[in-house]
Amino acid sequence: MSKAVVRKTLVSLAVAGAVTMAQADVVIGVAGPHTGAYAAFGEQLWRGAEKAAMDINANGGINGEMIKLVKADDACEPKQAVSIANRLVDSDEAVAVVGHFCSSSSIPASGIYEEAGVLMVTPASTNPTLTERGLPNVFRVCGRDDQQGDVAASYIVDQLGAKRVAILHDKDTYGKGLADAMKSTMNSYGVDEVLYEGLTRGEKDFNAVVTKIRSVDADVVYFGGLHSEAGPLVRQMREQGLTATFISGDGIVSDEFVSVAGSPEYVDGVLMTFGADPTTYSAGKQVVEEFRADGIEPEGYVMYSYTAMQVVAAGLAAADGDPMAASDWLHSHKIDTVMGTKEFDEKGDLLVSDYVMYEWDANGKYSMLNN
Amino acid sequence: MDIILQQLVNGLTLGSVYGLIAIGYTMVYGIIGMINFAHGDVYMVSSYLTAIAIALLSYFGLESFPIIIFGTLIFTIVVTGAYGWVIERVAYRPLRNSSRLAVLISAIGMSLILQNYVQIAQGARQQGVPTMLTGAIRLDIGDGFVQITYMKLFILFVAFLGMGVLTYIIQKTKLGRMCRATQQDRKMASILGINTDRIISAVFVIGATMAALAGVLITLDYGAFDFYVGFIIGIKAFTAAVLGGIGSLPGAMLGGVILGLSEALFAGLISSDYKDVFSFSLLVIILIFRPSGLLGKPEVEKV
Repeated sequence: MSKAVVRKTLVSLAVAGAVTMAQADVVIGVAGPHTGAYAAFGEQLWRGAEKAAMDINANGGINGEMIKLVKADDACEPKQAVSIANRLVDSDEAVAVVGHFCSSSSIPASGIYEEAGVLMVTPASTNPTLTERGLPNVFRVCGRDDQQGDVAASYIVDQLGAKRVAILHDKDTYGKGLADAMKSTMNSYGVDEVLYEGLTRGEKDFNAVVTKIRSVDADVVYFGGLHSEAGPLVRQMREQGLTATFISGDGIVSDEFVSVAGSPEYVDGVLMTFGADPTTYSAGKQVVEEFRADGIEPEGYVMYSYTAMQVVAAGLAAADGDPMAASDWLHSHKIDTVMGTKEFDEKGDLLVSDYVMYEWDANGKYSMLNN
Repeated sequence: MDIILQQLVNGLTLGSVYGLIAIGYTMVYGIIGMINFAHGDVYMVSSYLTAIAIALLSYFGLESFPIIIFGTLIFTIVVTGAYGWVIERVAYRPLRNSSRLAVLISAIGMSLILQNYVQIAQGARQQGVPTMLTGAIRLDIGDGFVQITYMKLFILFVAFLGMGVLTYIIQKTKLGRMCRATQQDRKMASILGINTDRIISAVFVIGATMAALAGVLITLDYGAFDFYVGFIIGIKAFTAAVLGGIGSLPGAMLGGVILGLSEALFAGLISSDYKDVFSFSLLVIILIFRPSGLLGKPEVEKV
């Protein structure tokens, strides 16, 4: 057999394999940080997507085809997100992706999905840039940082009446974007920050910054970033005797925030913006109960991920499995999900965002503030 | 005034820990002329061992701080020391007479192995240990105050005690004399009856021990760690070792303290965004004027 013949046979074998796989299943990627410092969020994404896929498959799948999930680990690294997106598109032949988690991963990956004509629904990436670039295939079932920043800023100005606000961020797309969104809204209310600084992701010692916050006599500290930095930061603030109110965004929604901070006493009184409790919707009552029956608390992004999977399935079902047609359909239709009826605008953002303020208590739990 | 004092305390505690880890880099470099890139990950392993020791001790109902801290220190130092010994035995001794590049690559491989092994064995999630020692000293100065937690005082005390004991060992004991002899001329030392392989093993164990000390102190203080935590602090400690003059023991300690202080003061007085830029610029400037570091001796070409 000549080399060319061997190559041809291999190619046809590969094509045949891919075709049979595509006929049997609808392959959907679940992309997020399944390893690394932010693996807790990857786990939330996976749990929600897995349950949703099981429930949809139990009800006959997408027009009779079963959903097959593929785990894709981006470790919240932009470079890895790109290579994993290529893998999903090329070798896994995914038609849709639930993810990614970190905005800095979702943004580079979304371009690859667009080129390949793959539908992408992120349950968690809130940076505005993601949908501002006009990609037709990108949707999110969470809010945007500018909306989140608005809620935080008006709470800081109206409810807390704060005059001296220090703003910190972790120099990452999500963290800095959130901090900037909060800052610009707050400035438009006539309150200027007394401090605006970035800290280094991955470090644990923020004592120098904490002392600096003390020196500017801030009464509110706003942090754009994730719990792995927020935990040590809030702990070192309290250890240095700084009692300023600590406010952050949806990047700290995890039980790990408490363990990383060292003790529930340090997170007591910490405020954060997050979507209205996703477990309280009447449409999702049964799913929440089933999660709890399995011993899983649907915290953080679990329900968002479930919702994202429902959106993907609804779109693919309506468009007979064609992801780009599904994108068109999603832009103009309402979708019933476990988090209520969702509707997207032409950018792929939700028409209605639902950010509210939460407070952590001395037991290390968070609850919605009534305001 | 109070703010600058507080920043000095911040920088000094951070710097003393950098110094402890830098000792491992500098001693290994001094004796076999290689950079042990797996050293930061040895520190990371000791963070996990700290959490394991605390969990074990509390499981047996030992809750008081002195017992926990001494139990944890002994357990972590012994096991981390064993890691240091094994790493040298497995990854570096077989390459003793190979080119420097081979050992360097072996070190990077060891670093990856440790990270991935811990990630698989312990999970990739962020880990935390509960606060052990609470409370703080508060000094009122004028309008402001300086607040130093007991933990920070404990870190300073233990770190400088560790450095003191090590200096004594190197300067005054037989083991120390053998280490210094091996460092000066390995072949001559071996002709004079010193088992140099054993001394090199001892140096790795000592380096790992110091990293373990730092691991226990930092883990108890910050409470949070993951399998990747050795990377940044390893780079910083390596910088400290080069700053002080790699191969020089007092240089590593001095380099650590200078690096910690410069980070804290720059972040505190100017901007935390650029504190690492400042630290590394400082390193460049010092190396321009003193290529072998602050206390390092210039390498003499032997003919």
